[in-house]
This record gives sequence, structure tokens and C-alpha cells, in this order.
Amino acid sequence: MTAQEIRTHAIDINSVLNNRTKHQGTNEVSIKVEDLKLFYGQKQALYGINMEMPKKKVTAYIGPSGCGKSTLLRCINRMNDLVDNVTIEGKILLDNENIYDKSVNVAALRRRVGMVFQKPNPFPKSIFENVAYGLRIQGINDKRILEETVENALRGAALWDEMKDRLNDNALGMSGGQQQRLVIARAIAIEPEVLLLDEPASALDPISTLKIEELINELKEKYTIVIVTHNMQQAARVSDYTAFMYMGELIEMGTTSELFTNPKKKQTEDYITGRYG
Amino acid sequence: MDNSKIGQHISGQFNRELEDIRNKVLTMGGLVEQQIELAIQAFTTNDMEMAELVIKQDNQVDAMEMDVDLECTQILALRQPTAFDLRLLLTVIKIINELEIVGDLAERIAKMAIQLSDTDTRNYQYYELQHMSDLVKEMLHGALDAFARMSIDDITAITGKDENVDREYDSIVRQLITHMMEDPRNITRTLNVLWTVRAMERIGDHACYICEHLIFMIKGEAVRHLSQEQLEEKMKG
Repeated sequence: MTAQEIRTHAIDINSVLNNRTKHQGTNEVSIKVEDLKLFYGQKQALYGINMEMPKKKVTAYIGPSGCGKSTLLRCINRMNDLVDNVTIEGKILLDNENIYDKSVNVAALRRRVGMVFQKPNPFPKSIFENVAYGLRIQGINDKRILEETVENALRGAALWDEMKDRLNDNALGMSGGQQQRLVIARAIAIEPEVLLLDEPASALDPISTLKIEELINELKEKYTIVIVTHNMQQAARVSDYTAFMYMGELIEMGTTSELFTNPKKKQTEDYITGRYG
Repeated sequence: MDNSKIGQHISGQFNRELEDIRNKVLTMGGLVEQQIELAIQAFTTNDMEMAELVIKQDNQVDAMEMDVDLECTQILALRQPTAFDLRLLLTVIKIINELEIVGDLAERIAKMAIQLSDTDTRNYQYYELQHMSDLVKEMLHGALDAFARMSIDDITAITGKDENVDREYDSIVRQLITHMMEDPRNITRTLNVLWTVRAMERIGDHACYICEHLIFMIKGEAVRHLSQEQLEEKMKG
């Protein structure tokens, strides 16, 4: 090989790096938030949020308590409708459809956008009935369909092997980590498009937490996931994109690797490195 | 990005740990600078005691490298730092590695001095070697100073000196070749001088690497493998 040939065959490091960033930018958008403002009575909690959440990726919201991250998360399946005195302005587009449009059926929306909370909240029923619940209220009672769906959902939530012989036991007898995975199974049994997770692992021990994180990693093959977490290392581990919020505003959003190694805004840097803000 | 960046954490303990690491790196840097100074003196003045001292100092430099390395590893494991803190620790790990290599190079110069001590070296012109070593010392000092101030404002001025070092190196090498051609009996001795000059040139390169690590620390951008022009362009933008 001549020197000239070697030079033409050599890989330009910069082009490799540029390609990497470009590759991350070509994702289809699942949820788009446009100038979203939210008021609890007179008090404004969200100030004109704009962001895009890519399809089949995990987006994490981080920020100090009271910064509006849970409020924003709850807007995505209109959970805030249930709170008195809430006014919402702006749009949230789910697959280009404004979910705050008057024609939207909220129950149908919540079937598309499942949610899991901080504390596992299984129904005081059997494990099987917990997972089958969503289908039953849709009027599906065919035993074969139910069994198949329950098995798939439990497999999806990495719970099948542990629970397959205990499907008729009461769900309240499970451990906290198992209950949380059961709740996730219940949420995915109705095959939503989006999963909202509000501090899904904050009440769990480290091993159960890792199982949930592993699960999130598997679930993003099928679902768009948005997660709120106080645990920054968790956000760093599980998410593809991270949004930092502060006092009801979106300060910075970017790929998780970029945000945690080289944030653009000083406020973000101060928060993630534990400095006085 | 100022120095106080280290001291602003809510955790005072973390502030102290980072401050401690920073001080140790600077101490280690000072020691390595001294090693170069003494090694060159030993080489040019035939001072064997000084050469032995440089070799002894290298053990100390090695021990410091392992110590700081361990401390960084512990902080990474226990505090899971992010952003600037993370880049600071990664940079420290790289800088101490460079410093350790520079220490080894100084040790090599000292060993060459010992090997040359029983030969007559008065014919050799050490002016150019002296000049080259001054340049290299300036570069390393500048790089350590930039680390101490956590500022990369004048960083391209430091890396720019490497071209001068390379030029001096080429010119000394040409002279040494002439020496060898004049009288083959010079070859053994001249090769020892050549090793020393080569070691000096490498120290200049490692000072440049430290500068590149510092740019990563402050700006978060990897700037390795760039030419001086590309680097200057990058620092402007």
C-alpha cells in the first residue's frame, strides 16, 4: 500500500464523530409539546414548555422538587384534568394530534398513554385479574385472549417466570419490586403507545430498581417512554434523552450522554454536579 | 470557568476531595519539572549526584501517580460525578499519566548522563540542547499553570511552541549525524546524546497532550489529533 492509499483509506475521526451525532438526530417524534402553560388556580406551574419526545426512546425529566416535571408528565395523558382549578394552554401533539382538542376522548387517550406511579398500586385482586383488568373493562372476556395477553404482559414486565405458578395469588402479597413490575404489566397489557413513569423506582431497593431499569430498556423496543426521576444516575442509565426543568421552565434538553458530560447551560451543570444554584 | 468551580458543591467533603486532587497534581507537576531541570543539568555538567537524584525522584513521581489515580477511582465510584466534575477527574487521570511518562523521560536523560560521564563530551555543543530544554520546560510549565488556573485562554501559545521544539530537534539531529560521519568512534557517544535530545522532544509532545486534555476539561470537546492550525481555529470558534 502506498502512502497515498493509506491516507485515502484512513478514517477521518471527525467525520465519525459527526456521523454519530447526526444519527441520534433522525428520530421520529412521538410527542410534541408546544408552548404549554399550566396554572393551578392563579399560580403558574409551567411556563411555555416546548419539547419533542422521539418515538421508542426513553426521555427522562430531571429537576429539583416542585420544578413541574411531574405536572408536565401528567399533562401527557391529561391526568391534570382531574385536579380542580387547573387551566392549561398550549398543545401536546401525540402523533400529530392535539390531545387537548375538544374532540379527544380522554378514556381512549389514556389507553394509548399508560402511566405508572411512584408507589405500586395493584388492585386487591389476583395477579391474573390485575393484568386482565384493562381488557375486561374494554369488554373482552374471551378466556383464551385474556390468558394470552396476561402471559405476554407478564413476560414483557419480566415477571412471568417468577409468577406463572402464582397467577391466582393475591397481588398484595407480592414484594414492592414485583408489585411495581405487575403495575407495569397491567399498563402494557392494553398495548399503549406511550408509557409514563413517575418515579417508578424511588420506593424500591437497589436490586428491584435495577430490574425496573432493565425492564425500561427492554420496553423501549415497543413503547415511547417518559420517566420522571429524582435519581440522576438513574436518568443517566436508562434514558436516551434528558430534559432538565427548573421553576416550571424547560432549561435544557438533549441526548443524555451530552447533557451529563457537557451540558450547555450553567443551571443544568450546577444541578447535575450538585452545586449551589 | 474559574478556579472556584471546584469549591461550589453543596457537599463540602467533595470540594475538599477535588481540591486535594488538584493540589497533588500540581505537586507532582512541580516534581517532574524539577526532574527535567536536574536531569539536563546533570547531563550538561556531568554531575553524577544530580543524575542519581533524578532517578530517585522518579520513584516518588510513580508513587504519586498511583496515589492520585486511586483517589480519582474512588471518587468516580462513590460520587458518580457528572459534567465538569467528571471531565476534571478524567483529565486528571490523563494528566498524571503524561506526567509519569515525562518523569520517565527525565530519568532516561539522567541515565544517559551517567553513561556519558566516563567519556569526554566537551566537544559537544550543549547550547542548542539547553535552548531546546528551556522551550520544553516553558511548555510543561505553561500547561501546568493552565491547569492550576483552570483556564485555556493562552493554550495555543503553548502548543505552538512544539513546532520550534521540533525544528531544534531536527537541527540537533543533523549535527549529530555529521559528528558520527566525521568519526565512527563518536557513534556510541553520539547515540546517547541523541537519546537525550529525543527524550526532550517527547517531553514537549506530552506537554501538548496535557494542553489537549485541558481543552477537553474546560470545553468538553475532544481536540486530539489536530494540527496546530486546526486547534487554533477550534479555539477561536
